[in-house]
Amino acid sequence: MARQTTAGDLSYRVVLGLLSMVALLILIVPVVVVIITSFTDSRSLRFPPPALSLRWYSALFDPVQSAQIHTAAWNSLVIAVSATAISVALGTAAALAISGRRTWWTQALDALFMSPLILPTLAFGLAALMFFSTLRLPLSIPLMILGHVAVIVPFILRTTIASLSQLDRGLLDTSSSLGASAIYTFRRVTLPAIRPGILAGAFIAFMASVDNVSVSLFLAGPENDVLPIRMWNMLESQLDVRTAAVSGVLIFTTAILVVVMDRIVGLTRRIS
Amino acid sequence: MDRALQQGDPAIATPRARAPREREGWLALPLALYFCLFFLAPLALLAGISLRTTPQLEGFGLVQYAKFAGDPFNWSVLWQTLLIGVKTVALTACIGIPLGLLFMDAPRRLQPILLFIIVLPLLTSVVVRTFAWMVILGRDGLVNNALTALGVITAPLRLLHTELGLVVSLSQIEMPLMLLPLISVMSRLDPHLKDASAALGAGRWRTLFRVTLPLSLPGLLAGCLLVFASSVTAFVSQTIIGGGRMILMPFYLWQQATTLFNWPFAATIGMVLLVAVLAVVTTLNALGRRSRALVHG
Repeated sequence: MARQTTAGDLSYRVVLGLLSMVALLILIVPVVVVIITSFTDSRSLRFPPPALSLRWYSALFDPVQSAQIHTAAWNSLVIAVSATAISVALGTAAALAISGRRTWWTQALDALFMSPLILPTLAFGLAALMFFSTLRLPLSIPLMILGHVAVIVPFILRTTIASLSQLDRGLLDTSSSLGASAIYTFRRVTLPAIRPGILAGAFIAFMASVDNVSVSLFLAGPENDVLPIRMWNMLESQLDVRTAAVSGVLIFTTAILVVVMDRIVGLTRRIS
Repeated sequence: MDRALQQGDPAIATPRARAPREREGWLALPLALYFCLFFLAPLALLAGISLRTTPQLEGFGLVQYAKFAGDPFNWSVLWQTLLIGVKTVALTACIGIPLGLLFMDAPRRLQPILLFIIVLPLLTSVVVRTFAWMVILGRDGLVNNALTALGVITAPLRLLHTELGLVVSLSQIEMPLMLLPLISVMSRLDPHLKDASAALGAGRWRTLFRVTLPLSLPGLLAGCLLVFASSVTAFVSQTIIGGGRMILMPFYLWQQATTLFNWPFAATIGMVLLVAVLAVVTTLNALGRRSRALVHG
């Protein structure tokens, strides 16, 4: 009996150990592979690269040769910053209304606001294109911003509601019974307590906007090209190894931002 | 004040004490307004356009839906798409659960590092992650070159543009969506339960399948839901890793809308995808509620 248990324990350790190693490898290897490939000297995606060089980075940073990529990256940044700013304002306000109430209308609103996380957003992208065309609005950066808000606002709502639920309601009552106005209480009590939650949500929302394909695919045109769509075109039509350099830049930037945000607001803890 | 104050009179209750909570309800209005104008209205229009008879947006009727249902090709596209989602969920769960368990058993010092490894791909661009799998699975890529060097194969295998390649790469791309809800539920489990199970003579496997997994079911289901929803609409990965020969709903929709300009049929594909995903989500949610009732009830 005792020996059987040990055999079971051993197989448990071996099987789960192996599977989690596979999971870790699958998570880490692609990132490492992209970084190594971005330093390749070759015109193909041969891995391991035959020789290392910085040629694709210098091609990427060449202002003439890569003008399209630079414009797309700049547009992505403008759209992400604006969409995040709007989402923070609308999302935080909605979180204040929803959190702590369990009525039918807050639950319905919560389900509505969170639905973009679950629904196929590609259908929403198509719907947005049809909507704006029916209104005869030409595709532009402001429309793209409006389209992005719906798909990124759930991230802000989720983290903000989570931090509001940890906020001690007694503090608010104390503040108002001491004569503070609602706005003063919000600025001096509520906001400082939920700021890390809002910031963590804003960061994830920002990254989601930069990364968005489903809405941008339909709303992007020659006038408002964005980075993920440009990169998709670079991979789809004919293989452009500059994609590797763009990927390298994006991975380094993301990793640094994640570490910084983790220090400031405990990002990874808040996501999980 | 010419009348006597009574208990419960608004003049007695300090108005300031109530003000914050009463005002808060209105704060949902701006976002609700935005959702009505720019989310629900477009979706309603999508439903409306799917009912149009011709690409010139004339007539009304269920012509497009009849056209969709009448062609077996469309059914196979829908079936393939949902199947990709199911296979991705299965693979992600198979390797995600062990990693979740490893995370729970890991020393506290290591947990932030593991969490970083899990979160980083979530925040790295989907196109970048897809590109990584192009390099790994390509003819001259990591897997083929490694297998050739080991003498396992003589000619490169075709891994890109296959269903297997797509499912494996999607499972990496979506893994964080499975792990984060799973870990958040697992970390709330009472660690003594495992010891109790062991003390009662259950082996580790038995504890896993009879104690840990059933209790983690809400997190597991939430993870499955997110992975499924996200992998059936993963346009970039599907078109680049899956390739042109594998037609799935997102590409089908995009092609009808932007190259063939058949808006009513594209809208129909969108509606079918929307309803199919909603059906799966509702089923999983119902299962989730039952599992929570099982755990807490």
